[in-house]
Amino acid sequence: MMGAAILTNLPALLVVVPLLLAPFSAVLPIAGLAWVLALVGTGISFLAALMLQSVTENGVRISYHLGNWEPPWGIEFVVDSASSLTLVVMSGLGFLATLAARRLVAIEIADKDSGKFYAAWLLVVGGLFGLVMTADAFNLFVFLEISALASVILIGMGAGTDRRALVAGYHYLVIGAVGATFYVIGVGFIYAITGTLNMGDMASRLPDAAGGAALYVGFGFMVAGMLVKAAIFPVHIWLPAAYGYAPSAVSTMLAAIATKAALYVLARIFFTIFAGTPEIVDIALSNIIVPLAVGGIFVGTIMAIYEADIKKMFAHSSVAQIGYIALGLALATPAGISAGFIHIGNHALIKGGIFMAIGGFVAALGARASLETITGIGRRMPITATAFLICGLSLAGLPLTAGFISKLYLVRAILETDSYVILALVLISSALSVVYLWKVMEVMWMQPAPARSPKLVENPAIYLPLWMVALGNIWFGIDAGWIVGAARLAATALLGGGA
Amino acid sequence: MMSLHTAMLVGLLAPLVVAILTPFLAVRHVWRDAAGPIGGVITFIAAVHVALAVLDGETPRLFVAQIAEGLALEFAVTPLGAIFGLVASGLWILAALYSVGYMRGNHEKHQTRFAAFYAVAVHAAMAVAWSGNLLVLFVFYEILTFSTYPLVTHKESALARNAGRLYMSILVGTSVVLLLPAVVWVWLSTGTLDFRPGGYLAGQIDPAMAPILLALFAFGVGKAALMPIHRWLPAAMVAPTPVSALLHAVAVVKAGVFTILTVVVYVFGIDFLAETGAADWLVWLSAFTILASSMVAITKDDIKARLAYSTISQLSYIVLGAAIASSIAVQGATLHIVMHAAGKITLFFCAGAIYVQAHLTKISELDGQGREMPWVFAAFFIGALSIIGIPPLGGSWSKFMLMVGAVDSGYLVILGVLGLSSLLNVYYLLEPVSRGFFRPKVKTVEVTSHPLVVIPPVLTAILSLLLFFYVDFFAALAKLMVIS
Amino acid sequence: MIEQLAGSWNYIIVIILMMTGLFMVIARANLVKKMIGLSIFQTSVFIFYISLGKMAGGTAPILDGNPDTLYSNPLPHVLILTAIVVGVATTALGLALILRINEAFGSVEEDEIIAAKASQSLARPKRPTSEAAE
Repeated sequence: MMGAAILTNLPALLVVVPLLLAPFSAVLPIAGLAWVLALVGTGISFLAALMLQSVTENGVRISYHLGNWEPPWGIEFVVDSASSLTLVVMSGLGFLATLAARRLVAIEIADKDSGKFYAAWLLVVGGLFGLVMTADAFNLFVFLEISALASVILIGMGAGTDRRALVAGYHYLVIGAVGATFYVIGVGFIYAITGTLNMGDMASRLPDAAGGAALYVGFGFMVAGMLVKAAIFPVHIWLPAAYGYAPSAVSTMLAAIATKAALYVLARIFFTIFAGTPEIVDIALSNIIVPLAVGGIFVGTIMAIYEADIKKMFAHSSVAQIGYIALGLALATPAGISAGFIHIGNHALIKGGIFMAIGGFVAALGARASLETITGIGRRMPITATAFLICGLSLAGLPLTAGFISKLYLVRAILETDSYVILALVLISSALSVVYLWKVMEVMWMQPAPARSPKLVENPAIYLPLWMVALGNIWFGIDAGWIVGAARLAATALLGGGA
Repeated sequence: MMSLHTAMLVGLLAPLVVAILTPFLAVRHVWRDAAGPIGGVITFIAAVHVALAVLDGETPRLFVAQIAEGLALEFAVTPLGAIFGLVASGLWILAALYSVGYMRGNHEKHQTRFAAFYAVAVHAAMAVAWSGNLLVLFVFYEILTFSTYPLVTHKESALARNAGRLYMSILVGTSVVLLLPAVVWVWLSTGTLDFRPGGYLAGQIDPAMAPILLALFAFGVGKAALMPIHRWLPAAMVAPTPVSALLHAVAVVKAGVFTILTVVVYVFGIDFLAETGAADWLVWLSAFTILASSMVAITKDDIKARLAYSTISQLSYIVLGAAIASSIAVQGATLHIVMHAAGKITLFFCAGAIYVQAHLTKISELDGQGREMPWVFAAFFIGALSIIGIPPLGGSWSKFMLMVGAVDSGYLVILGVLGLSSLLNVYYLLEPVSRGFFRPKVKTVEVTSHPLVVIPPVLTAILSLLLFFYVDFFAALAKLMVIS
Repeated sequence: MIEQLAGSWNYIIVIILMMTGLFMVIARANLVKKMIGLSIFQTSVFIFYISLGKMAGGTAPILDGNPDTLYSNPLPHVLILTAIVVGVATTALGLALILRINEAFGSVEEDEIIAAKASQSLARPKRPTSEAAE
């Protein structure tokens, strides 16, 4: 039965399809074909993720054994409500980002490099999906590095328009490699204690294993490594330059999905692997992650206020938004974790749309988008700029946009834990974020275009994905039932213990 | 007869349809210009229909979507909402007619864009009036702000753009930074954002926190132009006069005080406020605003600037009524929404008529012009009298009830404030009239006649007069507000 | 006791290597030296894993029928094969980037690159030249 075979192998398909298509894409001489390949790859992944989501909706947990090796000997992929939600968000936005990439890449990347570009693109996406599903701690490292190395390549390809992309890519490579190595050290310690690499096995053996100091060290290294990947303050330093100088299409994809995977892995380290040793997790969450998340929220927001380059501004803003997600997860209550998941989805929508629109601006301007160059662009490129405006309003958290739902549930989750200081800080930061958004919108909409500025041609090729994302921001702001329900299930699945 | 459901749909959508059709109707200017008044009549009929149902004790509802638990996209008409809906839609008919005369008489550019956004603003005002909960109110409050931005900056001059920037930064800034957290606060502490007779915050929040929450609302609603966040209103006067007349004397600013009244009556509950004294500070702040802006108004020679400061002062009457939080004061404040709307739109219509016909903008230039434009000055006179509160004009009712409310609640000083303010009103609102009729002419100007800008102010002046005799309808609605 | 000591000194070496590598990554301004530091850092982890799996006196894990034979744990060793591959890829990619950086900026010293960035972004033409594009 072909159909049944496909259904049972869905988790593998999600990873294998993009990874297998990558080498073909690399050797394709025609840029358009390579793009179609990438589109097919991400599209299939999206469908697979949707199917997985519908299966896991009822609390079903799929365990897939790669090569039919029983865990803990073989590698296991686990898909539950938490990972399937993350997968749907990532693959959906990945697909839309691919859809938008065609024109943006054609402008920014030399034609002969396009094949390799889409190859790296597929590797990033496939690697990130694997990262989310794998239940093997070491296999996770491999997926981490597949996606990291490929994203370095993608970032470095921004050198065609700005040579600083090379340095940004290099720094991401080095910092990312250090982070990944930290993670591996941590896994080594936990392996030494438990003798297994399967997350579920680790979780069940850790409470009884007399880990002593090794447990703390292993936990600390694993978490520290993933903090780097998730770009949580203060190890977020690679992110602004990487997103800022990467080609527009890459910024879109990375901002929408890359850090989400790492955040999800962090959540699994806390709530799955170390579920049996809540004492260290609680200490780490309340004494380290929460302060770091709040710190990131403020640093990101304030840096964004002082940034004149639009791409970097919203990269800084991503640091702040990642802080909100991390804060929700770190509350470790069902409400907090679902708030985190809601924002994983909504932030992907917001930032995906914002970076797509910026890509449209950059393509039309033929220059970096800065507060100077986008002056009056609202009237020069109304269709792109309106979508940008909608996503911006969503970022500010206005009602009837997805961002509002995120803020609402996050604030409610914070309130449930009676942490009024954090609540006040979140509200203040949220008010501060209006400042940079206002700056951008004011320049775009309320200032006249500079005299003798050339006519800008809008880029219809990105209309479809851009407006799908923009309308998605409104849709999920009005009909939030789906994401709220799914996020609640995700929190239940995560807190339910066991991988 | 149409069902209530249909009436609500019509009332909400008719202005939007006008806005959407306007660019297509622009092939013939007559079609485009007829759309506004016709839409106004349709909307007004719907609003009357809804208001009558409310008077019968019904609560017309229109459910759109469920956002999340406790959060719905829903419209539901409170008595206060019915009144505001009537005011906004009824005056839109006249304002639409007037703006045709004004825009044509002035040969303004971009008349199509103007007409479209004008209708969008009315749509937002209707939606604010009929909003079923704080969330919907907030959303359309913002849409109202955004839709008026192109109207404020209509002239596209540097001055207009600067004014537009100030306008947006104050209105959007206060609403996002203060009003939205206040709304979220209410939701978090009660689990609902609905409007309920008698309010529901009592027992749900710490009485010590109530003044803070009220402050978030009072300052978050920038449209109520409470000092010190009033600066946007004088700035918005760069807009063409029809905008100042309908939006910055009626729809936009009334949306602000409407929000405050709604929050006080249907969310806090006046009993809760009166018991805890949480609104005490607001009484004094609004009293200060009443006097201070009257003083500023006296110093203004520009007609529209003077009217703007007068509006700030009159808005604070309504906030004052809400802050006193007694049954009679709240009813007075509600009636003042109606009375001031009719009076102030008359004054703005006149200011615009003087500008279109004689190109005069300063009060000092008006000497002797009354004989050139007798109808306009007569209408101005009546509108001014109504705002001052002299019988037999509508404004006397609301001022009287506010005074009674102040005395009832023991705010004797407020009585003095109101009296002093009326004196100041007499001075600065009647000065243009007395100059027009009793001073010798200082400036000879060519007066061209444009009937479309003269008839609306005359009609609204008559309306101010009629409101004195037919106040019962509105008074009955206002009474429904405070019976829980 | 002897095993323990023997077990300790390799961990001490691991720590020394790890710190050396990490220090180079953080403190060196030269991009190539950073890369070397990263390699040393990663190597220390490889040794750490290999030490974990090694039993003193243990032999290759091939069953010989004798129940007294001590076997080393093969799993960490296999893992490290993968990690080495990843490490090689990282180093290769890093060096390739350094080459390109050298082409684009004429330097592999971080402070000079930062200085170059500043001066360039001031006088940059609207449409960037594509010396770096290839």
